[in-house]
Amino acid sequence: MWEYSDTVKEHFFNPKNAGALVGANAVGEVGALSCGDALKLMLHIDPVTEIVLEAKFQTFGCGSAIASSSALTELVIGKTLEQASAITNRDIADYLGGLPPEKKHCAVMGHEALQAAIANFRGEVWRSSHEESALVCKCHGVDAAVIERAIRDNGLSTVEQVAVFTKAGSGCTTCYEQVEDILFRVASDIAATAALAARSSESAGSDEAAAVQHAPAAPRPGSVNLFRSATRPVSAAAPRPAAPVKPGAETSPLTPTSPLSESSGGMTNLKKIRLIEETIEDLRVYLRKDGGDCELIDVDGSNVLVSLTGACVGCQMASVTVSGIQERLIAKLGVPMRVIPVGRNAH
Amino acid sequence: MKAIYLDNNATTRVDPSVVDAMLPFFTEHFGNASSAHSFGAEVGTAVKAARQQLQQLLGATHDHEIIYTSGGTESDNAAILSALEALPDRNEIVISKVEHPAILSLCEHLEKTGRAKVHLIGVDKVGQLDIDAYRAALSDKVAVVSLMWANNETGTIFPVEGLAELAKEHGALFHTDAVQAVGKTPISLKDSAIDMLSLSGHKLHGPKGIGALYVKKGARFKPLIRGGHQERARRGGTENVPAIIGLGKAAELAHAHMAEEQGRVRELRDRLEKAVLQRVPNCIVNGDRHDRLPNTANLAFEYVESEAILLHLNRSGVAASSGSACTSGSMEPSHVLKAMEIPEAALHGAVRFSFSRDNVAEDVDRVIEALPGIVEKLREMSPFWADAEKKTNDTKPVFA
Repeated sequence: MWEYSDTVKEHFFNPKNAGALVGANAVGEVGALSCGDALKLMLHIDPVTEIVLEAKFQTFGCGSAIASSSALTELVIGKTLEQASAITNRDIADYLGGLPPEKKHCAVMGHEALQAAIANFRGEVWRSSHEESALVCKCHGVDAAVIERAIRDNGLSTVEQVAVFTKAGSGCTTCYEQVEDILFRVASDIAATAALAARSSESAGSDEAAAVQHAPAAPRPGSVNLFRSATRPVSAAAPRPAAPVKPGAETSPLTPTSPLSESSGGMTNLKKIRLIEETIEDLRVYLRKDGGDCELIDVDGSNVLVSLTGACVGCQMASVTVSGIQERLIAKLGVPMRVIPVGRNAH
Repeated sequence: MKAIYLDNNATTRVDPSVVDAMLPFFTEHFGNASSAHSFGAEVGTAVKAARQQLQQLLGATHDHEIIYTSGGTESDNAAILSALEALPDRNEIVISKVEHPAILSLCEHLEKTGRAKVHLIGVDKVGQLDIDAYRAALSDKVAVVSLMWANNETGTIFPVEGLAELAKEHGALFHTDAVQAVGKTPISLKDSAIDMLSLSGHKLHGPKGIGALYVKKGARFKPLIRGGHQERARRGGTENVPAIIGLGKAAELAHAHMAEEQGRVRELRDRLEKAVLQRVPNCIVNGDRHDRLPNTANLAFEYVESEAILLHLNRSGVAASSGSACTSGSMEPSHVLKAMEIPEAALHGAVRFSFSRDNVAEDVDRVIEALPGIVEKLREMSPFWADAEKKTNDTKPVFA
């Protein structure tokens, strides 16, 4: 049942440096109660030498989450900030003599907390570079966003191709069906986008639509941003993320009605913004039910900038919410739109 | 230190007398029950006797209403797929959100592949079915209703007999996954409206790899596994004779121990629950405390994660579970507790203790001794505990 190394067990049963650190001058917090794990890393850094003098942690989570936190503190103590910055999630896992595949995210969480703490010390806002979407391949730690991007960028059509490009599905193969689902979803999405582009370019002829029309299988690299999570606070009180709103879920308002059914060709900017506002307003009701919220920040051509607040902040499923909002907007407006989550202070 | 087993909803120890009953059927009475010669005949007789033992536990009218399968999952699959095939002008299925994955993932697959429309009925905070939503989902389009008798994670018992009556009004077949209920709570199918019932041998001190599907005489049935004429051509494949004999013996023992299950086992569970609630603040009992299996305690501890508790318990020699053994991975909380809308702070901290007649009073003492310290230690380490509102649990209303 539990395939933990002796080192993991030792750090779990007898964690080093557990508890609050009074006088910490660098604090990094990641995860949340509803995610099932959360880590608060507290460091005392010498402001002159930039050496980590003390490190303590408080962790809510499974055995390997606690062990990873303990290992992390042991790794950073005595290091300079520069040395500490170079510590990777792999280093944490190696220190523990390895982690089971489904527990790799615990080391990732440790690494993120460290990055957040360092950013906090330097007075910077830390942004996760980890793509916070659902983990599909647990053996190789590949999430849905990475798989989707590989499919789009390389025009993949089979599970075997996905395995070659991302390693996903080449381990225990239990995620085979999930990879198939993503392939199907992306293929339908590409087909729908191409059809939309063809329609809107007839009437509006926007550059965006034309670009999509000419290269339906390979959207611009910028589209990757869709799957980035919202920015996360560095040292604010632990955020409470919302439950994910899955597109296609039973009662989800984010499920697109047929994108082709409500096409609305050349509309004025004013009308477009009003429609976007209305759509987002409708969705807020549901997000608020989960303790989250979404605010329209700006509309720039086909880019819709939103700010996810409340429980949405830091939620691992934020990218799913973002793509859900996007699908809804496309369905309502009938033209390709891109929803980009931005920090509240971005504008 | 002898390890204590409190995970009997996952599986049970095979009763030694069950093993004794099975053994001769490997090397001595090894015949094929379908053979006409003497080797087959003696086995055929023994299988019939075992079927009658199970019939008695279920309170069924006929022994041939029992079809042997490879286990609960096969029985569940057979029941649902049979109903869709037997009632071809109906393509809807009604199930609850808290069903076992054997039902949930099958129905999800049927919906995804366009073979059925599935109504997922929610539950309330104690895990009881939303009856209004259930009534609303029923129609003459529904081929089958499948609702579990007792929940594997919380022990909450659905009033399946009444639910079956409602399904009957719409001409739908009614199946119940009774894998956790059989042997723990009295069952009498004789006068019920239940058409089909699934059970599993290893949940009642029988062997693994054997289960049964009860199909009421007259209920329409289409086989899942076709082959020979075994089980009256309703399930092909040579009978798993030793396991069938074992399940028969296990059923006889369960019948004989029913009063103990409802009495002594329930007292063990109640004592554990009460003691933990008194000693550990911010603890929630999940499930319907007024209508629940006598052996199951699902306790959720706020601001700690269940796997961490289980690792410590395991080191203290106590084996418990975080819910369903079929659900793994710490990121996904139990679908049952999510459906019950358990408070966020407790959702990831649920631990299930499930007893059986093998347990004794000292087992409870060991848990009471170990658990409060474990939870306290983990809470001290949790970033949320310091600022949390400390709540003393009120044990009076339920245990008065």
